[in-house]
Amino acid sequence: MTDAIPGLFNYWVAIGLFVCGLVMILDSRNMIRKMVGLNMFQSAVFLLFITMGKVENGHAPILADGISRFSNPLPHVLILTAIVVGVATTAVGLALVVRIRRAYGTVDEDEIFDRPEVEPEIVP
Amino acid sequence: MITTINALVDMGLLVVLSVSALMLVRCNSPLNTIILNALYSFTICSLFVIMDAVDVAFTEAAVGAGISTVLFLCVIHPDDESGRLFVWPGPLATVVALATGLLLVFGTFDMPLYGDPQVPVHTHLVTRFLEDSGTEIGIPNVVTSVLASYRGYDTLGEVVVVFTAGTSVLILLAAGHARQDSGDGLISNSILRVVMPRIIPLVILFALYVQFHGDYGPGGGFQAGVILGAGLITLALLTDSRIMQGVISERWIIRGMAGGVLVYGLVGVASMLGGGKYLDYSVLAQSSTDGQHLGILLIEIGVGITVAFTMLSLFVSFNRSGQTGD
Repeated sequence: MTDAIPGLFNYWVAIGLFVCGLVMILDSRNMIRKMVGLNMFQSAVFLLFITMGKVENGHAPILADGISRFSNPLPHVLILTAIVVGVATTAVGLALVVRIRRAYGTVDEDEIFDRPEVEPEIVP
Repeated sequence: MITTINALVDMGLLVVLSVSALMLVRCNSPLNTIILNALYSFTICSLFVIMDAVDVAFTEAAVGAGISTVLFLCVIHPDDESGRLFVWPGPLATVVALATGLLLVFGTFDMPLYGDPQVPVHTHLVTRFLEDSGTEIGIPNVVTSVLASYRGYDTLGEVVVVFTAGTSVLILLAAGHARQDSGDGLISNSILRVVMPRIIPLVILFALYVQFHGDYGPGGGFQAGVILGAGLITLALLTDSRIMQGVISERWIIRGMAGGVLVYGLVGVASMLGGGKYLDYSVLAQSSTDGQHLGILLIEIGVGITVAFTMLSLFVSFNRSGQTGD
């Protein structure tokens, strides 16, 4: 149990970030803030994966003479591509936000839902 | 258990990360949210370095703190500053979030301890990559070997996802009415006018180094593409759109996005014509490792081109229409 705190601390912080991201997604009215929350949720997953890849006294997985102990490169490969794909999908989300702002003049969900029976002005 | 300084730095950074995440949740202004998001991103990037994921840290620094900050800044609007962003979460959201968190914490007690080398993650599959990739592929960076060669199909898929996302943003935003160009970009700021033209060539040079040194050190097509994209975005921020059109027209940006995917796919076709399987680079040259070298070099160039032009295209789309809400 004495090992648990330093040994599991990374996971707990990752879970803390999950929860923060989840709260930002669930309870924000501002859509840009929702996207920030989604980013945080995503980076919590990244942290979890990279944590599992770390090997005690290991080195970065670049083969060199005299080094025989490496951290696990597989999570690195997964997460490296996930980050780039992540920013691309975030951009799609933000593009939708821009279109919503064009149509409704706001990115606040409450203001959009409160608007009674007004056809949104579709801007081509 | 890790008792070295590594664990101490790790825990310290995790505390900074948690604090910046909490500040992010409590933050009330969109602009501050975005700045804090960049800080958060840099902290997590340092954590990746501590955990030996240098390639990942590289990507996170360029993407999280660089490109996504610029994209978010393009989307916010002065009107947003008036309202309060933070509201205390309602009972339902609190219960759902806390219950999820507690369940996950409960799950961690079965997880391997940080840094334990004996867990299954480190004793299967990866040992083969670490032992054999040096002779099979012949390049020192195992991350690049796995990314470009062993998992070449996946990487092709990911490049296509980036391309698709870039195309989607173009479809969503391209039809918009163009913003009235304010004329001179940021060039009116004299500090930027003096400093940035000297930095941009270095950024582009660095991108090329990262691109072609990715086999031997941290780096590769994804990182180089993002860095090159960031350099071009800086140029686009500094100048007005007419000058940017002279540097690279939007037609060529779109061609670049598709061209990178095409290069990647054609390398696969070339290896089929050489008698191998799709994306089996061994047949591309006389010896197997030379073929792998050539194949990895070519597909990394394809990845770099697609990523760089997609990032530039994202910025151009948002910059043109991001502020036309009114």
